[in-house]
Amino acid sequence: MAGPEFEVPKMSEYTEVPKIKEGAMAHAKSFPAAEASQTSLGFPWKLTDDWHDRAINRMGELLVKYRGLRVFMDACVHCGACTDKCHYFLGTADPKNMPVARQDLMRKVYRRYFTLPGKIVPWLVGAEDLTKETLDDWYSYYHQCSECRRCSVYCPYGIDTAEITMAGREILNTVGMGQKYTSEIIAKVFKIGNNLGLPGPALEDTLLGLEEDIEADTGVAVKLPLDVKGAEILLVTPSADFFSEPHVESLIGYAKVLHAAGASWTFSSYASEAGNFGLFNGNYETMRKVAMRIRDAALELGVKRIIVGECGHAWRIAYAFWNTLTGLGYGGNDPFSIELQKQLDPRYKQPSHICEYTWDLIQRGVLKFDKSLNDDRVITFHDSCNVARGSRMGDEPGGQFTIPRNIIRAVANNFHDMAPETIGEATFCCGGGAGILTDDLMEVRVKGALPRMNAYNAVAQEKGVNFMALICAICKAQFTKVVPYYGFDMSQIGGVHQLVSTAIKLEQD
Amino acid sequence: MSSLTVFYIGLFYFATFVLVAGLTYRIYEYWKTPAPLSIPTTPAPTTRTGAVFRVAREVALFESLFKSNKWIWVFGYLFHIGLALVLLRHVRYFSEPLYSFLVFIQPFGEYASFVMVAGLAGLWARRFLVDRVRYISTPSDHLILALLIAIGISGMSMTFVAHTDIVNLKGFVRGMMTLDFQPLPTDANLLVHLFLVALLMIIFPVSKLLHAPGVFFSPTRNQVDNPREKRHIAPWAAALERDNS
Repeated sequence: MAGPEFEVPKMSEYTEVPKIKEGAMAHAKSFPAAEASQTSLGFPWKLTDDWHDRAINRMGELLVKYRGLRVFMDACVHCGACTDKCHYFLGTADPKNMPVARQDLMRKVYRRYFTLPGKIVPWLVGAEDLTKETLDDWYSYYHQCSECRRCSVYCPYGIDTAEITMAGREILNTVGMGQKYTSEIIAKVFKIGNNLGLPGPALEDTLLGLEEDIEADTGVAVKLPLDVKGAEILLVTPSADFFSEPHVESLIGYAKVLHAAGASWTFSSYASEAGNFGLFNGNYETMRKVAMRIRDAALELGVKRIIVGECGHAWRIAYAFWNTLTGLGYGGNDPFSIELQKQLDPRYKQPSHICEYTWDLIQRGVLKFDKSLNDDRVITFHDSCNVARGSRMGDEPGGQFTIPRNIIRAVANNFHDMAPETIGEATFCCGGGAGILTDDLMEVRVKGALPRMNAYNAVAQEKGVNFMALICAICKAQFTKVVPYYGFDMSQIGGVHQLVSTAIKLEQD
Repeated sequence: MSSLTVFYIGLFYFATFVLVAGLTYRIYEYWKTPAPLSIPTTPAPTTRTGAVFRVAREVALFESLFKSNKWIWVFGYLFHIGLALVLLRHVRYFSEPLYSFLVFIQPFGEYASFVMVAGLAGLWARRFLVDRVRYISTPSDHLILALLIAIGISGMSMTFVAHTDIVNLKGFVRGMMTLDFQPLPTDANLLVHLFLVALLMIIFPVSKLLHAPGVFFSPTRNQVDNPREKRHIAPWAAALERDNS
């Protein structure tokens, strides 16, 4: 690893609120998207001549389509409650990384073009014309937001900066200022079916290789089936699980659990991606198009149940949006929804999270573990932002916090939570979510990880914690890359089902 | 009738019209704008009743703000609870007969004005003392605080320093309500107080004071966490589905 071209923040016992440093991160510019991927998304790829009117028109359209955006533009009173809540502000001290200031980048334009005082007395209400410089500021700071929603927990009106960042990126895309990383990944999903661009035959090879590895390791022929028509369960997982480290360890964990449960299940080469970067750009049509692959695969394979692997934003979309986008869920009484509902087994939540599935098996005594196999690990759990603040598991609010921890406690002996103000609904983002997980934003990623690193370091020092378990592909990729900057080894990062995989007892056939 | 009285009658009819029509229009706008996706900030209530209580706690207790920042919560809460009591006390100038509740609340409403102004002063101090809040404050943020404090102090001056002719004031107010116009007392503090109140009513529907209706419409707070059991689909999204599927 080459030395960083920026100063890595120093860890401290608690994350302190810095004094603001104006312009501290103004230089952060993610690489712009090029022609090929933007065209496939249906956006221009360089700044259009009519960018000004186009941007204002798009903003006007979004304001009548999204109640959240409409209300959030008006409701903020600049109270300051959110100002110390964003991990990017805490790590960079740039005031435009305070949630309210990030919102105001758009709100000042909204006020100028859509409100009476902004039209008459712009200077009084902080309204400003939309300029090229404004768009550049948007591009920079809307790509320093991981849409983690921590600010929305603390806002007295529930203003969710993620909704504003999404609208900002949508408007930027509309005028030809897309971001390379998200744009190319979505284009890959459209073309090949997953974020990594892994074609079907390569996927099949990978799964066969993994089957051999597991059998060599355990002596048990655990299968990783692909495209099995008539299977009961379709498992949709982030494509990183197929061959990134440490993701693949969790994939092996899912397979072992399904094997031990005697389940009939399959992956799909067509729907080989649970992730959906459409969320990050806030484009409903893109998000729907990506999500429809799962519906189509479910109908094609005739599965009765759909389970989602360890991925934060994927689980938010699956849990909260799939029913809306694709009719994958219950309660729809239109033909589109009914077609799928007829096929799904109503005894199960649709979709289910792999943790819900595993925890149910544990409670029913189906799975057996040798917890001592995890004894070399002292474990903590990082709540991933989209799971924590955008979804649920189980029947009770907060199940997304208890179920993964229950699983960890069932498979390992040493578990300690991090400080309460850094977990649960207050959890700090890994620093790499929502399209930030790209090398051209490494400084943003490293600095944004500071609050989590402080919390992790505290339990590492006090309790000897040496393993951070989590259930998100982006968190895993971000942390393995970023923890070395803070002096930790990347092997301290892994999935919950990696721990399950270590401890599970499989019966010899 | 003096031209001053005529001016204030005109001002209050105008201010009332702007406030009522403006807020009605805004609420209608918020109402008709769909929330196409299920985006409650979780953990969230899983029932409609639970979501109603969540919003009620937000309105009555400032629950999220309490989690967020105790100073802002204290000052904000003092201001709003003080304002609520002061407003309740003022009902006596509109109401005939004088209900016993209004007699009971009178002393609380009078002293609540101190609480209200103290809260406002605390909120304003933060705009100077906390660098993060200083950075985000616009001229209008300062002016709205100044306006509210000026309304509070001009009102308190009539309660605690120089009383206005309260019987004639009530006659003026009731006169506007019943179209039987009566002259307005001409004490300076009363004229200032009423003018600023009318100004506040006029800016309400075009300013950040819209946080008052806004909090009820915030999807992250008022939505029920039930997306696996209930299909949420906005009309424009349903149209998209018909065209594309």
